[in-house]
Amino acid sequence: MEQLNAWFTDLLAGNAIFTANTLGFYWDGLVTTVQLVFLCLVLGIVLAVPLAIGRGSKRPWIKWPIYLYTYVFRGTPLLIQLYLVYYGVVFFDGIQDSIFWVVFKQAFYPALIAFTLNTAAYTTEIFHGAIKNTAKGEIEAARAYGMSKPLMMRRIILPSAFRRALPAYGNEVIFMLHASAVASVVTIMDLTGAASYVYARFYAPFAAFSFVAVIYLCLTFSIMFCFRKLEKRLLAHLRPRGA
Amino acid sequence: MKRWITGLLIAGTLTAGPALAQDQQPVRLGIDVPYEPFVVRNAEGNLEGFEIDLGNELCARANLDCTWVEQGWDGIIPGLLARKYDAILSSMAITPERERQVRFSLPYYNTPSVWITARDRDIDITDKAALQGLTVGVQRGTIRDVYVTQEYGDILNIRRYGSSQDVVNDLQAGRLDLTFEDFPIAVDAIDFREADSPYKQLGDSIKTPTSIFGEGAAIAFRQRDEALAERFDRAICEVYADGTFDDLMQQYFDYDLSTPPSDADCAPFR
Amino acid sequence: MINFQGYGPRLLEGALVTVELALLSLVVAVVLGLLTASAKLSPNRLIHGIGTLYTTLIRGVPDLVLMLLLFYGGQIGINMVTDQLYYAFDIDIFINVNAFLSGVITIGLIFGAYMGETFRGAFQAVDEGQMEAARAYGMNPLMAFRRVRFPQMMRHALPGIGNNWMVLLKTTALVSIIGLSDMVRVAAEATKATHEPFLFMIPVAAIYLLIATLSEWGFARLAKRYSTGFGESSEWNN
Repeated sequence: MEQLNAWFTDLLAGNAIFTANTLGFYWDGLVTTVQLVFLCLVLGIVLAVPLAIGRGSKRPWIKWPIYLYTYVFRGTPLLIQLYLVYYGVVFFDGIQDSIFWVVFKQAFYPALIAFTLNTAAYTTEIFHGAIKNTAKGEIEAARAYGMSKPLMMRRIILPSAFRRALPAYGNEVIFMLHASAVASVVTIMDLTGAASYVYARFYAPFAAFSFVAVIYLCLTFSIMFCFRKLEKRLLAHLRPRGA
Repeated sequence: MKRWITGLLIAGTLTAGPALAQDQQPVRLGIDVPYEPFVVRNAEGNLEGFEIDLGNELCARANLDCTWVEQGWDGIIPGLLARKYDAILSSMAITPERERQVRFSLPYYNTPSVWITARDRDIDITDKAALQGLTVGVQRGTIRDVYVTQEYGDILNIRRYGSSQDVVNDLQAGRLDLTFEDFPIAVDAIDFREADSPYKQLGDSIKTPTSIFGEGAAIAFRQRDEALAERFDRAICEVYADGTFDDLMQQYFDYDLSTPPSDADCAPFR
Repeated sequence: MINFQGYGPRLLEGALVTVELALLSLVVAVVLGLLTASAKLSPNRLIHGIGTLYTTLIRGVPDLVLMLLLFYGGQIGINMVTDQLYYAFDIDIFINVNAFLSGVITIGLIFGAYMGETFRGAFQAVDEGQMEAARAYGMNPLMAFRRVRFPQMMRHALPGIGNNWMVLLKTTALVSIIGLSDMVRVAAEATKATHEPFLFMIPVAAIYLLIATLSEWGFARLAKRYSTGFGESSEWNN
């Protein structure tokens, strides 16, 4: 009973674990996680748009390499991709003396590269599916207007594909947020890294990890909420009138 | 196949009172491997090293039959509390936070910690302003992690690793400017005392403040296993009193890491 | 043959651990998924609420955090209970949450939530009239489930199950972080010891791809079987 009591007082009163100091770790972890996820998503989209267009190309030498890339990156665990980039870059001869070392020396950029390649693969497939599902009528109408292919892609196909891809892409954003937790294994002090630190320091796994779980939960809900709003706005034309 | 069947059965075993069982049942000692030269798994798959020899010696004196259980550092105290083993004999320093969780034996050795950097680097470790922005690697949750975090938290960029091997790996890869390492580990893994080593020690070896570094490494027990802990305390007093500890130490080290217990500490066992 | 510098046998053992872990977790996930789907379709508000809470919580937290929470936190929780038993009644029970078991439970728990969503949709897709007809034929509920609801439900559930399985397979890599010697952990250890990341990581990645490809093929065949009587396989469709 004594133990249980001590545990409760620890939990409720000014406890030894959640001091300003450790809360600072969690805050820094939150910032790192958000930065890492945001950057890899933006870079992922930048890569995915041309890849998705190429993936639908009729030319096999464009189409198949892209498919191979998405297949490999979607078919293997992110953790392995992270290990490969993190430990792999060291073995390029002379990289330590090159200008790139400033980037690869830290853990952040190898992780960012691995995450970007990973999310770009998923995003490519999402966009590719959305492009493929463009209504025939829209394309016919664009042709009737005499639009060139690139113009049609830019003005008609991509905007409507982005809208259709939105729900699936929202899932990918949440997936990436959750997947980013593996960054902590290469010493990045993201949210999970902060929790691991607090755990290792105070041997309080339950407090350390449930606290961080709640933060992730809040982040997930915020992302969901934003995408709902966005979907409502951008997909308004698909809703039945008056609903 | 067998692994997950036993797993599914939740490995629930019932024993009838540990105090009675101690003499018949082997005492399981938890240890984080590798931590050269304290413990390493040799090519045949057996554990060897200073702590293995010392642990076996202590067990012999305490008239106990001991076995070793391998456990990663991050989970080593939870593993003890979970009764995956009965004691931790794994270079664990006595600290206030750990004392809330476990019952420590008398310390059996005490080593300083050292700053290590590449030989061609020119760093003054006492000049905090000049350290701004440098990256240091430490093993997560160790006393060295606590020290660096407390003293250099807002100056150095601290990277925390799961094992000491990972720290050394990234130092060798050139990802770290500095490491703050346990002296024997640094001697063994980085060889910094040799003139032709690519690494060197910075500043003095560090053992204080005691509030962080403690009195040395000790065996950790569950708080309720007081009787078992006392048997090991007695054995530690004995190996120091008759010189066995010094003999063993000289087999592995060319420096002194002994921390002889005081007469007062050993008085109950005379 | 590639020279794995002595790590070959351990890599193979690791691959076996990965496969065992994935299959067992799948079983746990399917069972939990069926329960959850039933809970979420239950008219009882409490049961419905529990089902919803479970899927919402699980899907809002990273797999790795859940795994760390269960592996490290779960053990401490159990210890507190067993310690109380010891102090109060002198009963000494030892329950060891080993890494493999917590891997199976955590992954099963996570994917149970996803499977729950899959099965809920599939349950709803089966026309109630079919069940009424089954009852009219005098089938008991179990038989009606086995003969009527289950085969039709599977047609709708299979793509979702397949998807979840692919994600689950990759999630098993995370157990390497809690110390289970799956193939990713062996490869990581070998990489750190030999400084040869490509030698070990690429074959492991290839094994994942191989399993994924085989599974895709298997699910395609299953899908064909369960869609007999629907779509292209029926000649009376036109």
